[in-house]
Amino acid sequence: MRYRLPAGGRIDRDKPMSFHFDGKKYSGFAGDTLASALIANGVHLVGRSFKYHRPRGIMSAGADEPNALVGVGNEESRYTPNLRATQVELYDGLVAESQNRWPSLSLDFSGANDLFSRFLPAGFYYKTFMWPASAWKKLYEPMIRRAAGLGRAPDAADADRYTQVYGHCDVLVVGAGPAGLAAALAAARSGVRVFVCDEQDQMGGSLLSEREATIDGQAAADWLEQTIQELKSRTNVVLLPRTTAFGWYPHNFLGLCERVTDHLGPAITKQPRERMWQVRAREVVLATGAIERPMVFPGNDRPGIMMAEAARTYANRYGALPGTRAVVFTACDGAYRAALELKSAGIEITAIADVRSNPNGRWIERARAAGIDVRPSTVVTGTYGRLHISHVDVARISGGSAGHPETFACDLLLMLAGFTPSVHLFSQSRGKLVYDEDLKAYLPGESVERERSVGGCRGVFDLSTSLADGFAGGLSAAKAAGGTVAAEHKFSVFAQSLGRDGFVGAPPSGGGSRRTRAWVDFQNDVTAKDIELATREGFRSIEHVKRYTTTGMATDQGKTSNMNALGIVSQTLALPVSKVGLTTFRPPYTPTTFGAFAGQSRGELFDPVRKTSIHEWARENGAVFEDVSLWKRAHYFPRPGEDIHAAVRRECKATRESVGIFDASTLGKIEVVGKDAAEFMNRMYTNAWTKLEPGRLRYGVMLREDGFIMDDGVVGRMSPDRFHVTTTTGGATRVLALMEDYLQTEWSDLDVWLTSTTEQWAVIAVQGPNARKVLEPLVQGIDISQQAMPHMSVQEGRICGVPTRLFRVSFTGELGFEVNVPMGYGRGVWEAICAAGREFGITPYGTETMHVLRAEKGYIIVGQETDGTVTPDDVGLAWAIGKTKKDFVGKRSLARPAMSRSDRKQLVGLLTVDPKIVLEEGAQVVADPSEPVPMTMIGHVTSSYWSAALDRSIALALVQGGRARIGSRLSVPMPSGPVTVEVVQPIFYDPEGKRLDG
Amino acid sequence: MLLIKCPFCGPRPELEFSYGGQAHIARPKDPASLDDEAWAEYLYIRSNSKGLHAERWRHIHGCARFFNVQRNTVSDAIVSTYKIGEEPPKPVEPGLEERSSRSGAAL
Repeated sequence: MRYRLPAGGRIDRDKPMSFHFDGKKYSGFAGDTLASALIANGVHLVGRSFKYHRPRGIMSAGADEPNALVGVGNEESRYTPNLRATQVELYDGLVAESQNRWPSLSLDFSGANDLFSRFLPAGFYYKTFMWPASAWKKLYEPMIRRAAGLGRAPDAADADRYTQVYGHCDVLVVGAGPAGLAAALAAARSGVRVFVCDEQDQMGGSLLSEREATIDGQAAADWLEQTIQELKSRTNVVLLPRTTAFGWYPHNFLGLCERVTDHLGPAITKQPRERMWQVRAREVVLATGAIERPMVFPGNDRPGIMMAEAARTYANRYGALPGTRAVVFTACDGAYRAALELKSAGIEITAIADVRSNPNGRWIERARAAGIDVRPSTVVTGTYGRLHISHVDVARISGGSAGHPETFACDLLLMLAGFTPSVHLFSQSRGKLVYDEDLKAYLPGESVERERSVGGCRGVFDLSTSLADGFAGGLSAAKAAGGTVAAEHKFSVFAQSLGRDGFVGAPPSGGGSRRTRAWVDFQNDVTAKDIELATREGFRSIEHVKRYTTTGMATDQGKTSNMNALGIVSQTLALPVSKVGLTTFRPPYTPTTFGAFAGQSRGELFDPVRKTSIHEWARENGAVFEDVSLWKRAHYFPRPGEDIHAAVRRECKATRESVGIFDASTLGKIEVVGKDAAEFMNRMYTNAWTKLEPGRLRYGVMLREDGFIMDDGVVGRMSPDRFHVTTTTGGATRVLALMEDYLQTEWSDLDVWLTSTTEQWAVIAVQGPNARKVLEPLVQGIDISQQAMPHMSVQEGRICGVPTRLFRVSFTGELGFEVNVPMGYGRGVWEAICAAGREFGITPYGTETMHVLRAEKGYIIVGQETDGTVTPDDVGLAWAIGKTKKDFVGKRSLARPAMSRSDRKQLVGLLTVDPKIVLEEGAQVVADPSEPVPMTMIGHVTSSYWSAALDRSIALALVQGGRARIGSRLSVPMPSGPVTVEVVQPIFYDPEGKRLDG
Repeated sequence: MLLIKCPFCGPRPELEFSYGGQAHIARPKDPASLDDEAWAEYLYIRSNSKGLHAERWRHIHGCARFFNVQRNTVSDAIVSTYKIGEEPPKPVEPGLEERSSRSGAAL
């Protein structure tokens, strides 16, 4: 292989691996990334750019890669789009494809965008796709989405498993380059519990591509090996390779995503694909290193143009040569080191163009001594080559502009403007960044959390200082975490300094920037002139420039582009970089899969499911279930051939005419106990409780302090100091929370205990004229006759031998009982009642029938007739307010003037003039349907059903001044035309309540 | 995720707690004696402080007790936690409020 060195690097030449890219077969070795393997095969063209569909190649060797985004996976269920080829570890049989191209990578029709690029400037979308507004959704957006984009989402369910784990440590070291490893050593030797995570498959960072340097008398690679062995041997250290610290959350809580099996391919394994670590660390050491910064020059985006340090990594670490003949364009010494090492690996270095007027020092001397043509004050002014770079124009700058260019042939152009410290996590931790004019970089300033940055991420780039910085940081973290501080260690390092030079922004280039395009953000296709245009159009804040041009808004969050964009704004506005500001970094550092965030919470584990003890009976008897908060409730019980309407009509009819049975176990239940229980109830509910006798029930209404209805339910007084409170199914938790709030924080002097008993009681509602006949033979020790047990009473005794609190209560308007038995007996008692009721044709009914029956009686449902802005009087419950009570929660608010206005929305009944029309719930009510749209809306339909008992439709509604409108006609406008309705009392069936007694 | 020290149970992760709004807003002893404006003040007006903020939390998935927390709303740093009915401790970090109001601008 022409581009693979015969020896060297960290690949295993004894383990060849084959893989496919865009359908073509290639081979690489264990230890390769997809990017290094492609480079070793001479493949550079790997993608098309986002907006202009420009051919793009591999630019970097790590997480910062903006161009080489690929989709990986040959099964749809394991396909992952938008992966950086530079981070995809090669495995045998890997299948990858390029993205954002059609029909193929080398022939892409949307490449025409590139020819029209002068018509696609910054803000193009905002300026062009304005009219007509309706076209945006149907025409423009789909078109733009098709043309500009990233990979495609797989359309099969994810076949892999993801897990989540909490981690606790004293010191978390993020990044295992030289500084991070030194910090880990120091912390580990101090005896504290240490986690070390690094995003790469091997720890070592820059040491993995080091050829020359020595540490403590050893080659860097040997020191690395020995250091990892020491860390591995310590029981207080957890090493997490392939683990990206993607997010910092308050109080030293970090999100880490460990890629457990991606590098194994689709091998059968019991391991999860990814593991989300949620780590709480006493102290954090950030050793996240630095990212290479590209040079901004015309045509800097062609395949074959690469970061200099990345090229060095490909040669040294992977034995892969990214070209044969290179030109270098730089502003710092790092590129000279890369050039020298690549030259010794066999790449011809044609010239080094250096923006600096007088580059000097050891690296420059060594380059010159090696015969490399070093050209100071020189820039690249243009490049050539359609699918791969072929030539480059180089010109000397004088007086701030570039002179006549000289053209060199090459197949590789290396660039390096300097190193940008990776301050992403520090910024996420809300630490303040401070601009270093000398280094031309933002560096961590004052910490907000318990952390410190060491090494490259705080601008300490040289190996010797970085190791020392890391070790000191590790010691300080261990000390802060309470460790026994280990002995100091002085590293003896042989490595030449790379200096601190660098360039930010766009150097002068021939031809003027308006006619040429120099890319700043490669992933989002933003050029220097886009940013200049934005500033000319008046965008001065970097946050605005970012949003207008989209620079830094791609999935790489501007890792390679932010600083150059800042530099260009600074140059254009003639403001110092520090005055331009910096955009905020947000999680995740690199894109993180939804799978990792979802973890095990998929399918049946997505949300907890609550089931009553009667659930299985309902399932066996064909119930269709609906979700009510977390509960599964039987919605209706269809018989063969029945739809919901037929089933509900039958269930309603049976209950009204004989007897129905309903599982009401999901009702919230709270036991309120204590000497002051009645006083507490007086304060919490609108009703008066003092005079309620034990053995009696009362319908209670609870308000929020603002006077609006919060919940309702039937309350039984079991004894002078004990209340059995029921709440709505969905309101149970917040009612108990509100009660606890007042009890703990306002009225802690009251002698009251609150206990949630929702899951202790199964509740079986037996409703209908024959309800008593069904229950009579089953109860023991309870007289349920009309005389002994009138409506709204409760008795304790036994049913079927099981202890019960038997309520005489009705939510249907029929004679009714609610049988409370311990939850575990629910199904047994239910089945016994069904057996006893067989001779009466007892019919199980679901929540839909329950809703219809209560609506026929005008009983409200909190959350359906109320929406948090409804007072008791609005829904006709003024009678439930204890008039003589001095105070209760919400009482003072009811006295505010707005609460008694006559035009408040009030509960009324609506009867459609055409009885066959069932209104839609939520439909608006208007007085005059001939009014032009938008009409004056005076109310809305809250409940609407077909009533089997009345053989017509019924509806409840909240209507402005509704009670005064009773007898008049209103209108409900629907797409098919207005529906005329008559306003009536909100009670349709048995208004005298005679049926309650059977 | 905040790490909150419940005065009854010790430090626990935020997901064990529920938030309870601003602390030290006592329900008036005799609401009927308040005019509408004063009652609205009690109901709706909160300080929304930038910097030190006393707020209620409840260890809902633990001991279920309400307690008070002094938190810096800029940095999210928790300065102290204390039981209902106790006086808020003096902030231990000198200049905390001043510093937080300065560094808040960029958030």
